Amino acid sequence: MTFTTVLFYLLAIVLVVAAFRVITAASPITAVLHLILAFFSASMLWILIGAEFLGLLLVLVYVGAVMVLFLFVVMMLDVKMENLRRGMKAYLPLGLGIGIIMVLEMAFVLASSWGDVGAPVGQPVNYNNTRSLGELMYTDYVFAVEVGAVILLVGMVAAIALTLRRRRDVKYNNPSQQVRVRAKDRVRLVNLPSQTETVTTESGSESK
Amino acid sequence: MTITLAHYLILSAILFCIGVFGFFINRRNLLILLMSIELILLSANINFVAFSTWFGEASGQVFVFFILTVAAAEAAIGLAILVLLFRNLSTINVEELDHLNG
Repeated sequence: MTFTTVLFYLLAIVLVVAAFRVITAASPITAVLHLILAFFSASMLWILIGAEFLGLLLVLVYVGAVMVLFLFVVMMLDVKMENLRRGMKAYLPLGLGIGIIMVLEMAFVLASSWGDVGAPVGQPVNYNNTRSLGELMYTDYVFAVEVGAVILLVGMVAAIALTLRRRRDVKYNNPSQQVRVRAKDRVRLVNLPSQTETVTTESGSESK
Repeated sequence: MTITLAHYLILSAILFCIGVFGFFINRRNLLILLMSIELILLSANINFVAFSTWFGEASGQVFVFFILTVAAAEAAIGLAILVLLFRNLSTINVEELDHLNG
């Protein structure tokens, strides 16, 4: 039993326990934190079999961005869990039984069909996981990468458009209108004829 | 005793079943449902990575990259819908979302 095997079982146990706690947690924050632990263990498992780039990507993108997004939403919403968890106990034994049967069936089928594959294909000495993935991504799959970028853009636009709230009861300035305004829109110049004072005093003071 | 491909496949099967199981026991809570979807996608990704490294074919890892992209967009839109729902109805209970009377 080598060290890698021990490490695999350790990470797998952490992963399964964390995933199980995600769906049975009492508070949503506990669920999100266990989901972070599950993703982190999965990333370590990937690095264990040589997928370093994807392992680090999972930590950076998933734990760093998506799970923080989950955490933000959970803390923003004041969710009452008691009502939502009602009836959970009643379905737990039946669901657990069905789940165990499903796992056993899949385990038998997978172990019988893929059990004799043997050791993984060895990589050359100067194999670089990130380099080979990058070369594949920007040559064979470049169109798919661009489609993925468009999907992310659409997701961003959709998320902003969904949560944007225009309030009608607030007074606010319209900067473009303010910039476009000209002096004639604000000031009205009235042409008043100049008025001369009618001379009523004596002429001595006038000539002075 | 070394780790074989079947170890990774069975681990991914366990994770998939936990995700499906989460759907049944948390069918009222939309937030936990989204997390169950993330678990199911993670199990698919573990399968992809295991097959890809076992047979020395890097294309599988590129597919994991795309699954991660789609899952991130899905999580962002799903959480936006969740926030909108909570703002309008003050609940995320799936059973109360019956306004369409379907």
